[in-house]
This record gives sequence, C-alpha cells and structure tokens, in this order.
Amino acid sequence: MPEPVISIKGLRKSYGDTEAVRGIDLEVNRGEVFAFLGPNGAGKTTTVEILEGYRRRSGGEVTVLGEDPERAGREWRERIGIVLQSGRLDPYLTVRESLDLYAGYFRAPRSTEDVIALIGLEDKADERASRLSGGQQRRLDVGMALIGDPELLFLDEPTTGFDPSARRQAWDVIAGLRDLGKTVFLTTHYMDEAQRLADRVTIISAGRIVAAGTPEDLGERDVGETTIRYRSEGREVVIQTRTPVEALHELTEKALAAGEPLEGLEVTRPSLEDVYLELTATTEGAQ
Amino acid sequence: MNGLALVGHQFRYDQKAFWRNPASVFFTVMFPVILFLILGVVFNGEEVDVRGGIEATTYYVPAIMSLAIISATMQTLAMTLVIAREDGRLKRGRGTPMPPWVFIAGRIGNAIVVALMMLALLAAIGALLFGVDIPWDRLPAILLALVIGAASFCCLGIALTAAIPSQDAAAAIVNAMLLPLYFLSGVFIPEDQLPDGVIAFADLFPVRHFFHAFFDAYVPAGGPAVSWDDLAIVALWGIAGLLLAIKYFRWTPRSG
Repeated sequence: MPEPVISIKGLRKSYGDTEAVRGIDLEVNRGEVFAFLGPNGAGKTTTVEILEGYRRRSGGEVTVLGEDPERAGREWRERIGIVLQSGRLDPYLTVRESLDLYAGYFRAPRSTEDVIALIGLEDKADERASRLSGGQQRRLDVGMALIGDPELLFLDEPTTGFDPSARRQAWDVIAGLRDLGKTVFLTTHYMDEAQRLADRVTIISAGRIVAAGTPEDLGERDVGETTIRYRSEGREVVIQTRTPVEALHELTEKALAAGEPLEGLEVTRPSLEDVYLELTATTEGAQ
Repeated sequence: MNGLALVGHQFRYDQKAFWRNPASVFFTVMFPVILFLILGVVFNGEEVDVRGGIEATTYYVPAIMSLAIISATMQTLAMTLVIAREDGRLKRGRGTPMPPWVFIAGRIGNAIVVALMMLALLAAIGALLFGVDIPWDRLPAILLALVIGAASFCCLGIALTAAIPSQDAAAAIVNAMLLPLYFLSGVFIPEDQLPDGVIAFADLFPVRHFFHAFFDAYVPAGGPAVSWDDLAIVALWGIAGLLLAIKYFRWTPRSG
C-alpha cells in the first residue's frame, strides 16, 4: 500500500474558545481528486490552510507529502500548488507575465505555453489580468498554482460566486488535472461540484466529519430508503422502503389486478444533495 | 535561480507593474514634477533666507527631491504592499518556494531605482528651466543621503503597512502622515517662513532630518556636504522601522 499523499489524524484547531476543527481523520491517496465538502464555516478553509502550512494546528497529526506542513521548507513547496479561496491577481501583468513571474520561483517549472493551453487562455495570453472575466481570472489563478508542476494541488472553493458557464469552464480545467496524474484536494460547498469532479467525498460539518465515501455511496445513498410516489383518487401516496423491488412488484401487481393507473408513479433514491442537507442539518442543529 | 538572480527576476516584474499603474506613475513621478514646476514658476527670482540667502528655485530642488524619494519609497511601498496583502497576492507568493526576503528585496530595489530616476529628472528640470546648478562634485554625498534615506523610508513604509487595515485606508493614512510633515518640515514652505516652534516639532520626525541632510548635500552654499547628525537620525528611524516591520509585517489579508 503506497503512503497516502495527505494523512490527518485527530486534527484540532481552536481560535480562542471556538473550536473550528474538532478532531478529524482523513487520508488522500496519490492521483485522486478528493472533495472536502461542507457549509460555510464548517472548518474547510481552516483545515486546508493547516495542510498548506499557513496555519498552526492546536492538536493532532498531519502529514502532507511525507512532511509536517508546519516545519516543511522550500523543497516541499516545490511539490505543492495552492489556489486560495480569495486570491486576486496583479492587475497590471498579463496572463503570460504572471505565469512567467511564478515560473521563476520554481526549480523545474512547466512551460508557460503549456500551462496557458491547460487553462484554455490561449486567446488571452497577452491580456492584462484586470481585463479578464472572473472565470478567466480564476483559471489564471489555477495556472499559477500549476506552473511549478506540483504533485499535489489545493483548490479552496474554486468556483464560489461563478456563473454557470464560468463554473463549467473551471470544472473542465480541474477534470484535466486528474488526467495529468495530479492529486487534488478540493474544498467546496457545492454538491454538484463534488459529485462531478471527485473520486471521494468527505463531508465536514461544525468541525467534524459526518460522512465519507464515493459520490455514489455517500451517506449510504446506494442502500438507503427509496421513495415511491403515486396518486390514488387524487391523494398522494408515499412509500419509503429499503426493498424497492419487492415493494414495486407488490404495488404494480395489485394495481394491475384492480385496474388502477397509479398516476404520476415515481421512484427516487435520495440525491447527494438530500444526503448532504440531512447530514449537515442534523449536526448544525446540534450546535 | 539563486537568491540574487531571483531578486532581479522579481524586480523586472515589479518595474513592469509599477509603470503600468496609473496611480503610482501619477503620485510618484508626475506629482513631484508638477509641484516643482508650479513652485519654481511662482517663486522664480525670489530669495529664501537660508544659508545667508539663496534662490527659491535652488531651495526647492532638494526639497522636492526629498519628497519624491519619500514618495517612491515609503508611500509607494506602504500602499502597494497593503493592496497586494489584501488581494491575497502576498499570501499566494508565500505558498511558493520563493524566499520571502526576495519579494521584499525586489520591491525595495524597485523603490530605489525609481528614487534615483526622480533625482536625475528633478535635477535636470532644475538645471534646464531654472538654472539651478547640479553640484557634480557633491555626487557622493548626494547618493549617500539618498541611499540612507531611501533604505530608511522603505523600512518605515513596510512597517507602516501593519497599521493600515484595508486598501481603502492606505492612501488616507499615508497622506495624513506625510502631507503635514512636508509642510512643517519646510518642504513646501521655505523654512525661513516657519516659526521656530514648528521646526522644533518637525525635528521629532524623520522627514525634516532627511530633507535637511539632502539639502546640505545638494546646496553648496557653505557647510559640509554630509550632515552626519541628520543622516544618523534618519537611519535610526529606519532601524526602528525595520524592527517593527520584522515583528508586525503580515503576509495574509486582514479582512477574512
């Protein structure tokens, strides 16, 4: 079993009397896109900033690329890329200049042209950052994190505040990172983003991990209750069941025999969003 | 890249960004030139009762040079570093392998190059338009004053960022600090017209001492070229600024 890229055990972080992170464990493996999902204020950014070496933890063990981020130095920074939650760019430098500037900071950077192609800004390469749209600026931001050719990339809420088309463009860039073999640690509060991009999702709420799994099986979504709905004599009937095949068979058999049409028949499993809202609602409510 | 090559690399991009920023070009380059032209035209032919009487235009050359050097160093650094900090650009840079001192050294290099350029520009305007001789034989003393002053005001500018909470506050705080000191220190109003009490008050701050040292270096009318007392006081302010900067400078935004 290869060593995980990120390993966290019992991580805690307090700000004065407030506990932002209350003992979390997780591992991220090489080459996967890992989504850290949670509502605002759940402790996502605190956690990611501890992993990036910006913040000191109050307790627990953290290893990122084999080192403790609190003590890691230049060599370690050669291997990671960081996209901050709210990082603006130098408005007076062009896309190419911003990337060239950052390329100089690394020993073995990717070529600037390569990165411009990766982030899809070929047409804007000589445009100043101030003249880019919000989505384009974010892509340049991702490009500046990629220029050092990192093994591990941190993306802190990369699409917050984007319109749908800008989000889709950013998603395409992030999906492309997986093809490059990068390990990606993504924080987000958008369900669809995690579902679309991540190999594994961990949900944090009020500083604790409340669920972990793949987007398909998260929160036992794959084995959870299925909802069957239909209308009978103008009234809605809802059946919740863990054995949907049997329940449906019984229902349709009776209906056929009775000649009942089962108007508006619908069979649904909980969406990731339902799971997420339920999980985060219970823990937030317990606060 | 080794450390020095990296400083050169950073400096190149800082220069590009500086010249493309209309605010820095206006306040650092255009404003001192315009101010000098206005003062030169208005007071041309008048005398100032300093050093037994000198031309007003001769007085204003080192005065506006002092202002320009402080503007290129303290003012520019305080404002651009706060903006970069609040934009998250300093924080992003800290996430790379670039050593933090390289970033600061690039910015200081940028400030000193702009200060030297302003020195040459104002000297040329003074000589060509108002016939103020350039004291070539005093060049070492002038450069000494410039280097000590520029380095000290860079440190003060970096230290001042710690007291500026937001981008919006940057210009207000820097100007509220410097503009009154320019008036009280004899930079705008010749010092023979300032009451003694005002000068005594201004003597508590580095602007007046820097102006005085620079004046001694630039104006040959008697007295030694190097005013060691004034330079020492400026340097002490610089060292205090450096210590405060080391203790309080922050790379992460204050807001959020």
